[in-house]
Formats: sequence, structure tokens, C-alpha cells
Amino acid sequence: MAEPKTKYDRQLRIWGDQGQAALEKASICLLNCGPTGSETLKNLVLGGIGSITVVDGSKVELGDLGNNFMVDESSVGQSKAKCVCAFLQELNDAVKAKFIEEYPEALIETNPSFFSQFTLIVATQLVEDSMIKLDRICREANVMLIFARSYGLTGLVRISMKEHTTVESKPDHFLDDLRLNNPWPELRRFAETIDLDVSDPVAHKHIPYVVILVKMAQEWAKSHGGTLPSTREEKKEFKDLLKARTVAADEDNYKEAIEASYKVFAPPGISSDLQQIINDSSAEVDTNSSDFWIMVAALKEFIKNEGGGAAPLEGSIPDMTSSTEQYVNLQNIYLAKAEADFLAIEQRVCRYRPVEDEFNSPILSELQKYITDEDYSVAVGFYILFRAVDRFAANYNSFPGQFDGAMDEDISRLKTTAVSLLSDLGCNGSTITEDLINEMCRFGASELHAVAAFVGGIASQEVIKVLYLHNTGLVKSFRGSTFDFWCSKLQNLVLEP
Amino acid sequence: MTNSAVQQSRSRDLDKLLLRPGNLVEPAFEPGPGLREDLKELVKVLVVGAGGLGCELLKDLALSGFRELEVIDMDRIEIMPVDLALSALRVLAAICLVFIITALLEDVGKPKAEVAAKHVMERVSGVNIVPHFGRIEDKELDFYSNFNIIALGLDSIEARSYINAVACSFLEYDSNDNPLEETIKPMVDGGTEGFKGHARVIMPGVTPCFECTIWLFPPQVKFPLCTLAETPRNAAHCIEYAHLIKWDEVHSGKAFDPDDPEHMKWVYDEAVKRAELFGIPGVTYSLTQGVVKNIIPAIASTNAIISAACALETLKIVSGCSKTLSNYLTYNGAEGLHTKVTEFVKDKDCLVCGPGVLVELETSVTLEKFIGLLEEHPKLQLSKASISHRGKNLYMQAPPVLEEMTRSNLGLPLFDLMGKISKDVVHATGTIITSDKKISCLRKLRVVFKGVDGVADMDTAGGA
Ligand SMILES: [Zn+2]
Repeated sequence: MAEPKTKYDRQLRIWGDQGQAALEKASICLLNCGPTGSETLKNLVLGGIGSITVVDGSKVELGDLGNNFMVDESSVGQSKAKCVCAFLQELNDAVKAKFIEEYPEALIETNPSFFSQFTLIVATQLVEDSMIKLDRICREANVMLIFARSYGLTGLVRISMKEHTTVESKPDHFLDDLRLNNPWPELRRFAETIDLDVSDPVAHKHIPYVVILVKMAQEWAKSHGGTLPSTREEKKEFKDLLKARTVAADEDNYKEAIEASYKVFAPPGISSDLQQIINDSSAEVDTNSSDFWIMVAALKEFIKNEGGGAAPLEGSIPDMTSSTEQYVNLQNIYLAKAEADFLAIEQRVCRYRPVEDEFNSPILSELQKYITDEDYSVAVGFYILFRAVDRFAANYNSFPGQFDGAMDEDISRLKTTAVSLLSDLGCNGSTITEDLINEMCRFGASELHAVAAFVGGIASQEVIKVLYLHNTGLVKSFRGSTFDFWCSKLQNLVLEP
Repeated sequence: MTNSAVQQSRSRDLDKLLLRPGNLVEPAFEPGPGLREDLKELVKVLVVGAGGLGCELLKDLALSGFRELEVIDMDRIEIMPVDLALSALRVLAAICLVFIITALLEDVGKPKAEVAAKHVMERVSGVNIVPHFGRIEDKELDFYSNFNIIALGLDSIEARSYINAVACSFLEYDSNDNPLEETIKPMVDGGTEGFKGHARVIMPGVTPCFECTIWLFPPQVKFPLCTLAETPRNAAHCIEYAHLIKWDEVHSGKAFDPDDPEHMKWVYDEAVKRAELFGIPGVTYSLTQGVVKNIIPAIASTNAIISAACALETLKIVSGCSKTLSNYLTYNGAEGLHTKVTEFVKDKDCLVCGPGVLVELETSVTLEKFIGLLEEHPKLQLSKASISHRGKNLYMQAPPVLEEMTRSNLGLPLFDLMGKISKDVVHATGTIITSDKKISCLRKLRVVFKGVDGVADMDTAGGA
């Protein structure tokens, strides 16, 4: 499995220069500096983020010492924002660190323009009402926003941005996409510059197999009415032709060519899975479509037009026997094609749905599909319960199970709240299991350090990816996700209905 | 109202999980203040490794209700002069020790374990962390048997394999080959590589051990020398050229020392020249270190995620407060974000966590003959074995003092040395050769003596 490694090296290389520059330029605002927020910033500060502003109106209590690494004994009674900010600063003095002792909810209500000075807001432990308001503010000001929340053994990370191009992530096997069965003009032209019958044995054994296969396939097509090998006999014949070209026993490039010859035999175009998705009626998008389908629609347009029947090229190539010069040239040809394809897709803009729309008019068919899907039902259950506890808190001024002594009552109240929420969403008849409701009450809005470190770790990683992408225009897909830990099968769920 | 009392507690948040009953918990879960106090006072956790993962683990465990922690690591904090000139902070961030930047001036040169322990204890009052500076192989088995659970924050396959064998050596089976619960030493293991990582739970005898699923770790790719010499295609090729070829050309006879910063700097400079010559981008000092020392590049956020998952599993295993991960979590943040839990199955014939390799002997076989047999045994091929039985050293190859003390046993029958019982488990530590590499390993052997009472039932067990 050499390919994933190659690709990973590429990522690191990216991370090394442009990514670091994007990080050093960024100005991040953290709302609420409990463990979830503190751990998110800790990773970013260690990574060398430009500046941070910590917003929190609370004072450090004894309980905070049990879950937050960015406060200590001497912090009790002091401003939490101040203490966390000071400890974060200690980690890396190159980071500009500021704090504001104020409740984020108050800022959202009274001073919305405050947020427009930042590159990105990390909003932790906010309830639904504040999330919706903040999302509106950030979209207006074109500021990126990431929500992170830990709640008992569950958590949630959601990215929200006004406008962002997304391209579906590709599974690893897409990396093998070399287009040997359908080379584009630049690749063909490059192959033409190389002579397979070169007399120098050293040059002969360093012709990359990509070039060998492109040329041999072309030769074959010329003598077979434009078709490529398809029957068993033809495939065998093609491999024999390759073998016949070998002039010495140690020619690894020809061995690689024979091994990879199936890539020539594969029918060009897109996979049947992708074909099926594209043919789905949801790919006809309108303003209510989810990001996923907007992306599919963009992909469909691409395949029809620029792609000439093929999906966008990923662009990385596996390591192979080759001279340095030819390998680097090949790399550049593939990369140039991939970048052109990305640009073409980018023009068909996708966007993250506003949080308000997600909450108030969810895409029912997807939600219902997930609720009934055994693999996702737990994660969706928690997603619904996250919203139910916020509704509960709005009605009863505390979270279910936040205080000891009223557990039974809270459990039945949360159940009622969840049922009415589901019905408001249009999911009549769907239920959340008693076990999950019990569990959510048991959690009692607790913020456990390990869960916060997990959620904060993910949030910080997404911040880095978003910042980097924002600055370079390269695109990868993100989705809002909920996580649950309580269960032995930790799941992550796509919820961007 | 009891609210105020709860609010005033340091374990305000953890109490919700440990004091309240739940439906989705392990059967053994007994919520209450007693459980919380047991975690604090009775449970001892060993963290192996004090690098990026280990430091995070210590912090996470210290804030997850554990008070008695120990950490072992053989490295010192080292700062490379070139990196400092370049950008100290960036490189430190890449090493991503949580505390290292604070520690910069005063702690350079000190053992990582010591520094990590000090910083966590300073921040989290009441936690007691004992650091151990040294090789994991140099600790006695007794040292490891002291802990209730072992958390691994390592980046090497060999070290994982060693600790795994140690933990599995405590495992005993009953006569029906079922593991005895009180002998199970749980392990939690984490690993990261860039944006990817894994967290797993190992309950020896119940879930697959590290060795059962060793195929999860593919062998390292080595570059052919001719590629390095003639057709480099990426930064790693240039670095390995400087390291493996150029070094020997220039410094005839002088061995390359990866821990000598001047050597590393030389390789880096040569690799840069080489890369410029071939127009290859991407040679950096940290990559040079990474390639030469085989360091897997790490990112702070992935370490944080994986350590957190491991700490949480540690808490779940010890307290039963929620269902334990079964048994292997993969995290991939490289493109989008994916997590997956796979339930791997145990290899019942595993040489490490299984009931042990059956060795049938005549009662007359001497210890010396027995050690020779282990080398010939097709399943073992264990050379230069040291043998112990029930914690007692029967023969030790090293150190010389112990060798001399135990040498006289060599001529005695093993049957006599084991107290003339028909069957029992002995442990053998020796070396095996895999892919041209000598590695030390620990093997569990079920020795059965022929023609002694009680052998009949062992025969059937051995045949299974
Ligand atoms: Zn095993």
C-alpha cells in the first residue's frame, strides 16, 4: 500500500508551508473556555496560530479544576477567560493572546459587530438559540464558524460557513486513478516525447510504467479499430506484448507495467456507484437541497462538460521506477490536470446550510432514513436529544439531570420534550429509546475532560483544515458531525440535512 | 437542596458519570462515592511513553479521576540547534509535547517522563505521578504486574509488542482453556500518523492482543539503493541518499549516530544539496529526522483525539461506567472526517495471548537440553532463552552475575526444578529472527511431563 503514504506525504508538505502561513495569519475567537474550548485552543496554540481572543463571563469554580487543564488552584474565584488565556499564552509566547470577561450570549445579543474582526469563531457549549443567532451574524460578516460541544459522553462538531466549495472526499482506491484507459491530451503528448525503443539500457529501464502503458494502449488501439483489450485472450496478448518489450531481466518498470495493465483494461468513465448517485432525482437541486446534493449536481455538470465523461482527477501518482526527471514531469502533468478539474468544480459553488434552516426545516427524508438505520440511529438519537435538552433548558431553566434529586421527573420531561420536538420536525411516529433518554439525563450537562479533549481535538483539526483551505482555494469536504462515546461502537454521523 | 454541595466538588462533572446508575453500562458497574474513591486511591495506571501521546494521556487521566499514575520513557527532551534557529516553536509544536514549550529553557536535557510528570502534578493538585527514566525491557515483570491497567502511547511496533507480551504473560487459563478473569491485565493502545490514528482496547485472553493482529502494521518500506543513488523522486529518497550512501563515502569507518545533532545536520545539508540538484521540493530538518529515525510525523490535534479516546476507555474499563470499545477504533481526519469501530477477533493459537505453546518432555530432560529444544521448536525458534517459573529465575543469560548464580541449574532436570509437578507454565525470554532483524521476545510455554499423573487430560487439551 504505497499510495496512501504518498498522498499523506503530500499533505504534510502542504501543512509545512502554506498551511503554517495560514495558521500564523489567523485570528481566532473562542466562546466559552470550559475544557472543550480550552482543549481546542491548546492544540491551535501549540500549532502556532496567529492570535486568540478568549470570551467567557464566568469565574473559576472548584468543579472547573476537575475537568479543565487550563486552570489551577490559584484560579478559583477569578475570571475563567483570564486564567485560561494566561495558561494558553504560557504554551507559546509567539501567539497573541487576549481575553474578554463577558458572556458570549450577551455579546451575541448586544454587540454583533464584535465578531466581524476575526477569521474564525470557535463557539463551544452554546445552546440552540445562541447558535442560530451567531450563525446569522457570522454569515452576514463572512466569518467562519465552528461549533463544538461536549455533553456527558457525547459531543458535537459542526462547521458553518456562508459559502464554501466542497468536493466529496475520495476513498483511497481513487488514488489509483491514472486514466491509462483514457489519457487526456497533455498526458498523451508527454508520452509521445518518450521513445520506448531507446537504445540506452539505463534509460530503457527507467521509463515510468505510466508512459509504457499509455503508449502500448495507443498502439493496440491503432491496430484494433480504436478499442482496448477486453477479452481474456486480448488481455493476455497485451501482457505478452509488454513482456516482449523487456530487454533485460532487471527491468522493474516493465514488471510494474504488467502488474498495472488491468488499469488499461478498465472501461473508462465513472463507477456504477457514482453513476447511480448522479442519476438520483435529488441531484436536480433547488434552494432547499442539502450540500451533498448540490455537490453531486456540480459533479454531474462537470462529468457532462469539462470531464468528458470522467470524474475530476485526484492528481497524485504512486511511486514507480523512473528517472527523476520523467517522474517529476509526470507528477506535474497529473497535478495540473487535478487543479484544472478542481477549478471547474469550484465554479459550481456549494454552501453550508444555515444552522437556522437545519434546525427549523430539516430535510425529512434524510433524517428519517438515519433514524431507522441501525448504524446511525444512536448518533441521530443523540443529535435529536442535543436539541431536546436545549428546549428543555429553555422551558425549565436547567438541563435535565443537571442537579441530583429530580432525575425521574427530568427523564419523563425530557421524553415529552423529545417527542414534541420530533413531531415539530415532522418525524411523527419516530421515537428515541428510553436508554438514550436516561443516558442523556444521567449526563446532566457534565463536561468530562476526556470527552472535551476528543471534541476539542476534532474541532482544532477542522479549524486547521478550514483555515488552510480558505487561504489556498483547495477543497475537501467537511460535514457537521455528532459523536457518541457511551456506546461501544463509537460512531460519527453526518448531519447536515 | 444538595446542589451547592455538588457544585463545590472538584469532581462535579465526573460524579454524574460515576455516582449515577445507567442503563448502558457494563454489568460490573457499581455507581457511588465508593467507586470514585477507589479510582483515586486503589487504581494504579501505567502510561508507557511520554511523547506526544503519553503527555496527553497523563493529562487526560489526571483529569479523569485517577490519582496514582506512573510513566515510563527512555528519552530526554532534546532540542536541535538547527530547529531553534529556524523556528523553535514550530518544531516544538511538531514534537507536540503538551508542556514542552513551557519547559523550553529549564527542562532541556531532562528525561521526558520526569518533565511530563512534574508539569501535570503542578497543574492538577492531588495527582501523584511517578516517572521512570529507562528502557521498558529493563523493568522486572513485577513492576508491570503492579498496575491495574497499562496505557500505551508509543510509536514503535517493537515496544508495543514487548509490553503486550509482558501483559499477556500474567494471563492464566483454567483447565478448560478459559482465561482466569483476575489474571487479565487490560491494555489501552493509541497510535497516530498525521491526520490518522487508532485507539484500541486489549483484554488479553478475551479480545485480540497486539500479536493476534500484527498484520495491521505492515512492514516498513525500504528504498532500493539504486533508486537512492540514481533516480531520487521525493524528499525521503534524497535524505536516505545522504544518510545511507553519502555518509559512508565521506566518513569512511565512522558510524552514523542518529542522536548526534551534528550528524543529523550533516545529513540534512547533504539532502538539501541533493534535492536542489534534482529539483525535488520538501526536504526539511524535521523530515530528515523523521526519515532517518523512522519517526512517524505527528500532529498535535490527532494526538489529542487519540489520547482522549484512550483515557476514556481506561476510565470505562476500570469503572464500568459505560460500554467498553470493542475493540478497535480508527480515526481518519485526512479528508472529511471518518471514524470506524472494528471488532477484531482473537487468534486462538496466538503464541502470546493464547494458553501457551505446548512442550511435552520426558522427566529426565535437563534445563540445558530444554533451552536447546526451544531453539529447534518449529513454532518458537527461540535462541539464547532465559527461563523463569512462577516468578523464579531458573536460568538467566544475562547479566553475568545472574548467569553465574543460575548456571548450576543447567545440568538439573527441569522436572525437578519445577517442583516435580506434572504440568505448568514457564516463561522463556530469548531472541527470534524476523525479516533479518533480531528481536527479543517473551514466550509462554505449557510444559507437560510425560508419564506423570494428570497427564492424560493435558493431552486432550494440548491436541485442541
Ligand atoms: Zn494474541
